[in-house]
Amino acid sequence: MPGIIGKKIGMTSLFTPDGKNVPCTLIQAGPCVVTQVKTLENDGYTAVQLGYGDKKAKNTNKPLAGHFAKAGVTPRKKLVEFRTDDVASYTLGAEVNAEYFVEGDFVDVVGTSKGKGFQGVVKRHNFAGVGGQTHGQHNRGRHPGSIGACSWPSRVFKGMRMAGRMGGDRVKVQNLKVMRVMLEHNLILVSGSVPGAKNGYVILEK
Amino acid sequence: MSQLIDLINQESKERRASFPEFAAGDTVNVHVKIREGNKERIQQFQGVVIQRRNANTNGETFTVRKVSNQIGTERIFPIISPNIDKIEVVRRGKVRRARLFYLRGLSGKASRIKEKRVNVAAKA
Repeated sequence: MPGIIGKKIGMTSLFTPDGKNVPCTLIQAGPCVVTQVKTLENDGYTAVQLGYGDKKAKNTNKPLAGHFAKAGVTPRKKLVEFRTDDVASYTLGAEVNAEYFVEGDFVDVVGTSKGKGFQGVVKRHNFAGVGGQTHGQHNRGRHPGSIGACSWPSRVFKGMRMAGRMGGDRVKVQNLKVMRVMLEHNLILVSGSVPGAKNGYVILEK
Repeated sequence: MSQLIDLINQESKERRASFPEFAAGDTVNVHVKIREGNKERIQQFQGVVIQRRNANTNGETFTVRKVSNQIGTERIFPIISPNIDKIEVVRRGKVRRARLFYLRGLSGKASRIKEKRVNVAAKA
């Protein structure tokens, strides 16, 4: 299995035996179920689709309900597809748990970052603002400054970093160490922080 | 959801509970493990606790102040750090605030703290 779907529970910290305090994030990884196995013959590529989180049957639309019925599982909230060559070892409806990860592994975690709303360039692109607080300057402390030259090119280049909506993006954090695995609760403790709010869905990839 | 985090924090909670109760104003003797190469030895640091921060969390620390050779020294210890071997309470102090930063400006007789008489029998 190349990955698993989980939910961010929250953060805490842990001391290593040599006395270092490591910030950690707790993730509930699974139990997931295999909702679809994509094969070369049927789909042109190989992948496994996992489902996570219970959903009420009345909140499931008919096409999805049929999809879940085919796998023989109850409706799930979150579906994620993982590309893998090794599809033969997965059966429809099988449960996937946190046991796929062991302590000391390095994982990548994908999540949706917290939305920050409309933000200026200082927060959004780490601009330094314009000028100083003194020398008679005012009202431009957090401004972007110049956005280009004058008669040439007579336009603003595409991709110019400006103010706008920030956050709510898909973010992947790489190489987080698995500090602890608690199989009885499907919990995985990874070092460092993970994108998104508490109770947000995250994808763990090995 | 926090119940799940408590599962992880159980160990550090037990570790915090394993130390004697102490507060700002108390004189404590902290046994610190020091690793030199492969050898490990214990160093003692005795002084007055001048503050405890972030109580009841994994990040809880306490600051110990000691005056050695007329030079004030302060060390900050994370309470659940594995480098702390033992904490001994030498003396209970009677103070009226939780942060004793005023001790930094005092020296000699003025920096003394009155001892708090605790009824041992009643506490036990």
